[in-house]
Order: sequence, then C-alpha cells, then structure tokens
Amino acid sequence: MNDFQFHRPASLAEVFDLLESYGGDARLMAGGTALVQQMKQRLAQPGHVVSLGGLRQTPGLASIDAAADYHGAVRIGALCTHRQVETSPVVQRQIPLLAHAFRQVATPRIRNMATAGGGLVHGDPNQDPPPALIALGASVILTSAKGQRTLPVEQLFVDYFETAVRPGEVLTGILAPPLPPGAGAAYLKFLPRTADDYATVSVAVVITPGRNNTCQDVRIALGSVGMTPVHATQAESRLRGQPMTQDTLRACADAVAEEIDPLDDYRGSAGYKREMAQVFTRRALNQALAAAGQPGRPG
Amino acid sequence: MTYSLDVDCLTSIRHFEGRGSYFGSSEIMAVSDMNQTIHLRVNGAGHQLEVPARRLLVDCLRYDLGLTGTKEGCSVGVCGACTVLIDGQMAASCITLAVAVDGAEITTIEGLAQDGRLHPVQQAFIDYGGFQCGICTPGQVMAAKALLDINPHPSEAEVREWMMGNLCRCTGYYKILESVVNALGSKPEATPGGSSLDSGESRNDGVG
Repeated sequence: MNDFQFHRPASLAEVFDLLESYGGDARLMAGGTALVQQMKQRLAQPGHVVSLGGLRQTPGLASIDAAADYHGAVRIGALCTHRQVETSPVVQRQIPLLAHAFRQVATPRIRNMATAGGGLVHGDPNQDPPPALIALGASVILTSAKGQRTLPVEQLFVDYFETAVRPGEVLTGILAPPLPPGAGAAYLKFLPRTADDYATVSVAVVITPGRNNTCQDVRIALGSVGMTPVHATQAESRLRGQPMTQDTLRACADAVAEEIDPLDDYRGSAGYKREMAQVFTRRALNQALAAAGQPGRPG
Repeated sequence: MTYSLDVDCLTSIRHFEGRGSYFGSSEIMAVSDMNQTIHLRVNGAGHQLEVPARRLLVDCLRYDLGLTGTKEGCSVGVCGACTVLIDGQMAASCITLAVAVDGAEITTIEGLAQDGRLHPVQQAFIDYGGFQCGICTPGQVMAAKALLDINPHPSEAEVREWMMGNLCRCTGYYKILESVVNALGSKPEATPGGSSLDSGESRNDGVG
C-alpha cells in the first residue's frame, strides 16, 4: 500500500473543505472494506484518505428513519452498516425486500463494516442492494458545500466502478420508498459457488397487479450482468398493462437479454449469464406475484 | 511518492528495523511514512502508538503490540482468520487501517481468558475438538464470541450463517459448529469429547 495522509474530520463542512483542498487526490473512506483492498492492490493510490468515521454522531448519517417529509420513504443514513439495514425493524417491517437484499452481501463480518452509502459509491455492478433499490424506485441524497440534490439510484451508476457523484459531493443518504399498495417483490441471487460470493446474476422485481389479472406496474433490475446494475425498462414495457399469463411473464423475462451485456468470468460465460438472467427474471416475477398482497413477505 | 522496493515488504522491514534488529540501511531509512499517533485500548490495556497511516490493524496488533494470536490468512476480508472485535463488533483486521480505529476498544483472542480461566468458547473448542491445524481458530473463536454476545443460545442454523465467513481449510466444520452450539452450556447433557457426528440434536439436519 502506498503512503498517504489520513484525515478524520468531525463535520461534513470539514469533509467538504478537505475535498476542495485535495480534489482528485482525496478518497472518502467509510467502512473501508472496498477502499482498503483497492489501496492494497494499488488500484487506488490516493495521497489523502478522508475518513467519515468521525461523523457517525452527525444527525441522520448513521441512522434509519421513516421520515414523514419524504412521502413515506425510509431514509437510510449513508454511514449505516449493511448489518444495521438488514436488522433494522423499520426496514424489516416496511421494506422487507431491502432487508433481504442487504443480507445477501458477503458475510456478517463484512456487513458489520461496509456501509450502505459506501457500497453504492463503490460503483460495483455485482453488489446486491442496487438492483433492489432500483426496483423500489429509491433515490440517493448527494450533499456538497453548495447544497444537496437527489438522484434516482439507477442514474447513480455511470460505468464500471464509476458513479455520477460529482467532485465535492458526498452521498449522505438513501431514500427508499415502501412497496406500492398490493405490490409484491422478490430479490433472487444466483449463487452457484459459495454463499458469500458475488452473484452469477441477480434480479430484483417489484410488481403491482391491477384489475382482471393485468399488470398495473412492474420494475425489474439486475446485477452482475454488465458494467453497471441494469434497470430493464424494455422488459418492463412488455408486461406493463398486459394480462399476466405464463406466456407474457416469459416474454417479459426473455426481453431482459436485450438489455444486458454480461462479462465472461469464472462465475459463468456471458452466454450462460444471459440465459440465467432470463430464467431468474421469470422466477423473480412469479415469486413477486405470489408475494403480492401479502405484506411482510420479501419473496 | 514512488518506491523502488515493494512497499508491503518494507512495512515489515521497517517493523524489524524499529525493533532494532535485522535491517538498518539508509535506503530503507529514507522511506518516510506519514506517521500518526493513535490510541487503542486492546484487551483492556491502553496503548499510545506511532503508526504509518497505511498500517493495517492486523499488523499493528501482531508487530507493534506483539499480539500474534490474530492471524492473517487471505488478506482480503474473506477468510475470517484475522477476526477481532472493534468496539464489540466483529471485524476483519486485515482490511482495517489502524488509524481508522483510533480511540477504539479492540478485543483479540488474547483478551478472552480472564484470570487464567478460558472463555466458554475457548473451553468448548477444546471439549468438542473444534480445531485441527489451528490457524483459523483464533478467528473462529472471536466470531463465535461475537455471536454469543448478541445471541447467547443460537440455533445451529444461526451459527452456520454467522460463521459462514470463517474458513477452515482442514474443513473441520462439524466440530467447530458443535463447539459453538455447545459453548454456553445450552446442552448440558452433551458429552464433551464425544463424537460430533452422532451426538446431540445439533446434527439432526445432516449439516455439511
């Protein structure tokens, strides 16, 4: 690991000052599980590491609230650990899909360390929370010295390990809405190797049945199928407003193949992942439908 | 700043140098780390340390404090050998910067026994044969302690899920599982030292 200077500011204002001073030579560190490894492998060689560890007492940064002013959404502070999210009674009760997705990440030890915000800005297309957050229609809060903006999670991911976070911005929170009334959800992670591995493919589905067995709305997002997590909008449009039969569900699931661009690796060839994306999307659609109207069932 | 030698290698060289032994060349002395003063409470004892920012907690424990009970296995946070508790929370010391835990309370395997009495988890690993070569054992014991701290009587399924990130390359998982499940005497009728494969309800789902 290269040498660097370590900063542990006590306020967001100090964080912004440090980012202003050191620009591209500074990297933010929360749980450190991703950054320390990148630094050990010299994939990242920052001259300055700005720790957010001193900000856990800052209101909202490490807590989970069902905030009234966010239209019923649950606000997850960026410094919450994955384990905090998965064990949060609020998340478990209001968005069980999300508790389930966070619980699929790595091992309990890593989930004790890695933060929800850090996991997102890492920009790794293999993480579990992003597909679930995209399927839910969640947003992130990006804060800078100039103010803050919210961004839908699917717009956060720009390219392989690259996000839309601008210089000087800090991801400070996640706004995750609960499921629409009557909706069902599922997150499936295909893990042919070990339980703590990245997925070969993963799929999150939120589906809202309408009248006469039509599909009122559906959101589908996939992980490990390309350079970024993928929001499969074309596949969704094949099902939205249509009668829900095994044929239409299959047509919708098959359509995800056109929207993904998987990489060959030891978790499967690109061709295999493409097929598995279709299979697991179909399963996720069926599982989410089975869970619809049964609140509290993550699928 | 660039180095002509491997920096990770230098970290340990500097350690030995700091101990006034193996190396003392001026070339090595020329490498200037940005040292920082940190305070750690390790197993109840306070320490003030001068460490480079890049010092990993596992190296700090092993080399700066001489606590070699904590092992380094995979170096990427996967195998669990380096497990310690940071402010009571199970963590991987191989991907934790020492400077990042300035002010924290660290518990290592050396801190479990009290007044010469082994921690119940340690005793259970002995009674139920929970180790073979022993390299993964400190991490296994620390992970088990972290679980029992929050869930004193976990089910076998809970133990299996919690311990999934502690790898044993001797593959002695049955005995480890049995040790943890029995650590707090939740099953007093079990026979210490008995065969793990045919004793106790903990085996009833054909684990493994």
